[in-house]
Amino acid sequence: MDVIITGLLLGGTYALIAMGLNLQYGMARIMNLANGEMLVAGGFVAFWLWTGSQISPLLTAFIVAPIAFLMNWLIYMVFLRPLVKRARSRGQLEVDSILTTFGLSFVAVGLMLALFGGDYFSYSYLSTPLNILGDTYGANRVAAFLAAVVICGLLWLWLSRSRTGMTIRAISVAPDSARLVGIDVRRTAALAFALGGAVTATGGTLISTFLTLDASTGVIFTLKALVIVIMGGVGDVRGTIVAALLLGLLETFVARLIDPGLTLAAAYLLFVVILLFRPQGLFGRPTT
Amino acid sequence: MSALLSLRGVTKRFGGLVAVNAMDFDVAEHQVLGLIGPNGSGKSTTLNLISGAFPVSSGSISLRGQPITQLPAQDITRRGIARTFQLVRLLPSMTVLDNVKAGAVFGHRRRWGREAETIAEAMLEKTGLSGRGHMMVGQLTYIDTKRVELARVLAGEPRVVLLDEWLAGLNPTELQEGIRLIRSLRDDGRTIILVEHVMDAIRSLCDRCVVMAAGTKIAEGTPTEVLSDATVIRAYLGDDDA
Amino acid sequence: MSRLSARDWRNLVLVAMALGVTACLPWTAGAYMLSIGVTIAMYTVLATSWSLFSGPTHYISLATAAFFGVGTYVTGIGIQYLPYWTLLPIAGIIGAVMAALVGLATLRLSGVYFVIFTLGLAEFVRQIITWGQNISGTKGIYVLTSIGETHIYWQLLGLAALVWLLGWLIGRSRLGFALRIIGDDEAVARHSGIDTARAKILLFMVPGAVAAITGAILAPRYVYIEPSLAFSPMLSFQVVIMALLGGTGRLWGPLVGVIPFTFLWEAISVSFPNQTTLLLGVCFLVIVYLLPKGFVGLIDAAKKRMGAEGYA
Repeated sequence: MDVIITGLLLGGTYALIAMGLNLQYGMARIMNLANGEMLVAGGFVAFWLWTGSQISPLLTAFIVAPIAFLMNWLIYMVFLRPLVKRARSRGQLEVDSILTTFGLSFVAVGLMLALFGGDYFSYSYLSTPLNILGDTYGANRVAAFLAAVVICGLLWLWLSRSRTGMTIRAISVAPDSARLVGIDVRRTAALAFALGGAVTATGGTLISTFLTLDASTGVIFTLKALVIVIMGGVGDVRGTIVAALLLGLLETFVARLIDPGLTLAAAYLLFVVILLFRPQGLFGRPTT
Repeated sequence: MSALLSLRGVTKRFGGLVAVNAMDFDVAEHQVLGLIGPNGSGKSTTLNLISGAFPVSSGSISLRGQPITQLPAQDITRRGIARTFQLVRLLPSMTVLDNVKAGAVFGHRRRWGREAETIAEAMLEKTGLSGRGHMMVGQLTYIDTKRVELARVLAGEPRVVLLDEWLAGLNPTELQEGIRLIRSLRDDGRTIILVEHVMDAIRSLCDRCVVMAAGTKIAEGTPTEVLSDATVIRAYLGDDDA
Repeated sequence: MSRLSARDWRNLVLVAMALGVTACLPWTAGAYMLSIGVTIAMYTVLATSWSLFSGPTHYISLATAAFFGVGTYVTGIGIQYLPYWTLLPIAGIIGAVMAALVGLATLRLSGVYFVIFTLGLAEFVRQIITWGQNISGTKGIYVLTSIGETHIYWQLLGLAALVWLLGWLIGRSRLGFALRIIGDDEAVARHSGIDTARAKILLFMVPGAVAAITGAILAPRYVYIEPSLAFSPMLSFQVVIMALLGGTGRLWGPLVGVIPFTFLWEAISVSFPNQTTLLLGVCFLVIVYLLPKGFVGLIDAAKKRMGAEGYA
C-alpha cells in the first residue's frame, strides 16, 4: 500500500514536469532537451533561498515561475525562432532544435557547475512524518504533490476554458488551420514555450524539497519527462497526468522490490514497450 | 477482358469521417481510367490507398488477382504501381538524371549502373527533357518538374501509372503539351489511372471514367456517358467546380 | 558496378600513403603525442562511422557510448576465456545486432524518438550491468594484457581504413543511392520502391559494429573497466559534435572535425577541467548557427568562390 501512495506522490510531481515539456513539445513544437536543466535551476533557487534566508520553497515557486517564464520566452525568441524561420521542413527544424537545446542544456550545466560547483545539494524542509492510511510519508512529498495537483488543475482549466488556452491547444492540433482563423501562431508558440519552462521550473522547486539534485542531473529528468509525454500522447494533458502517475508507481515498485539503481532502466523499458506497441501514446488515435 | 487492377469495397475512415466509401472498380490492361469528381470527393484518397500511402480501413485491392491491400508503399511500387504526387515532390539535392534513376533503380524492374542510366535517359527523352539530365531540379520550370516526376515513375517500368492531378497548374500551352505527353503514354499501351479536373483532358484521354462524390462512386462509363449523366451534373453543380 | 576512374586510383593511392605515414607515429613521437594519436584515431573511427549513418538519414544517434561500452566489456570478460583476436569480430557482431534491434524498434518512427531512445540506451545498459555486478558482488574488471598503446594505435588505424573503404563502397552501391533519396524525401523514397526501414537498419548496423569494435580495441588501455567509465554518455556527444563540426557530407569530413576538437578539448580539460561541458554546449550552438555544414561546408564554399574568381 505504501508503495502505491509513494508512487502516486512521486508521479504527481512528475506530472508537473512533464506538463511543462508537453507544452513545449506538443504546443510550441520544440523538443526542448534543456528542459531538465530548467528544473534543476528551479531547485537551485529554492535551495539557495531556503538555506540563505529560510524562504519556504512553496513561496519560492511564485518567484521562480515568472523568472523562468521570462527566461524561456527569451530563449525561444533568441535561439529557437530563427530556427523555426529558416527551417524548410519539419525534419530540419527537429534536427536543429535537438542540437540547439542539447547545446543550451550543456551550457546551462556548465554555468551551474561554475556557479555552484558539482556537489549534490539538498536541504531539509517539512521533513516531518505524516500519517496516511497507517503508513508515514514525508510531509514535503505530500506538500509537493498537493501543490502539483493544484497547479496541474489550474493549468488544465486554463487550457480548456480560457481564450488563450484554447489558442494554444489549437496550434497544437492544427497549426495551419489555426493560422487561417487568425491566430498568431508564432506568438502563441513563444507563449506556450515560456509557460512550459515556467511549469517545469516550478516542478523543480517542488521536487527539490524531497529529492537530492546536482548540476548534472537535469538530463535524467528530461528523459523521464520525455517518456511521460510520449506515453501520455504528445499534446494530451490528461494522458500526461495518467502516464506520470504510472511512471511514479513503476519507479517506486522497481526501487523497492528490485534495486533503486534500476529506476531509469525501468522507465526506459516502459518507453520501449510504448514505442513498440502504442507509439501514438496511451490515449492517442493511430495516426495515418 | 480480365482486370489488371481491381478495387472491391475499398473504404477509408479518418476517425469518424468516411473519406472513401465502398469503392468498386476495375482497370483493364492498356486502359486509361479517369477518376473524377468535385473537390473533396475522395479521388486523391483513393489514389493514396491504391499506392499504399496509407492503409485501407476495409475492402480489398488486387493487382492481377494478387491481393496488395495491406502492403507498404514500397512493395506496391515494386509490384508495379507507381505514382506522381499532387504537389510535385522531387529530390532537391540531386540532378534531374539521378531523380529519374531513382525510379529505374528501385521500381518495378530494378536496374543498376549503366542499365539504369540508359533507361533514365530514355525516359528523359520520352518526357521531353533530353539534355537536361545534368541540371539540379531547383533550376527547372514548373512543367519540367512535373516531367521529371513522370519520368521517375516511368523509369521503373510500372504496370499501372497513377497520375494525381498531373495537369493541374499548367498554363494553356503547357496544358496542350501535357495532354499530348499523356496521350503518347496511352498510345504506348500504358495502363493509367488519372485523377483530373481538366475536362478537356478527360474527354480526350480517358477510355472510361469513374465519378466520385462524397466518397462514393456515383457513376461509371465512357467520358461522354458520365458527363451527360444527371447525377453527375448535379454533383458538380452542387459544388462550385462546375 | 562501374570501374574505377583514374581519379579514384589517385585518391586510393593518396589515402594509402597518408595512412602509411601516420602509421609511423609510434617511432617518431613521444608517449604524449602517441596518446593524442590514439585519441584522434579513436574519434575518427567513431565519428566517421557515425556520419555514414547520420549524414544521409539525419537521425542523430547518441548510442555510441552504449555500443562502445559493450565492446569494452566483450574484451574485459572475453579475454579470460578466448584469444584476443576473436574478440574484435565478436564485439562487432554484438554491436551490429544491438543496432539492428534498436533500429527495428525506432527507425520507423520520427527522429525525436530515435534520439531519446539512443540517449537512454547507454544509461540503460549501464544500470543493468551495475545491477548485475551488485548482485554478483564484483565491482570492475581488470583487463591485463600485453597490448600497449602502439598496438592499439595501429589497430585503430586499420579500423579507420576499413571504415573509409566501407563508406566508399556504400557510396557507390544501391544502398548508398537509396540513402541519398531517403535523406531528400522519405515519402518519395518509399513510393519509388525503397524499403526505407530496411535501408536505415542496415546502415545503422555499421556505426553499431564499429563503435563496439573500437570499445573492444581500447579496453586494454583502461586496464580497469567499470560501467560509469565504459558507458560515459559524454562520448556519444563528443562524437556527434566532431562529426558535425567536420561535416557529414564527405567521407573525410569528420576527420577535419576530430583533429581540432581533440586539441581544443585537451587544452580546455588541462586548464579549465570543469568547463568541458560548457565547451560542448557552445560547440553545439556554433554548429547550428554558424557552421550548419561543418568545416566541409566552409571548404566547399571557399573552393566555389576561388573557382568563380578563376573563371572571371
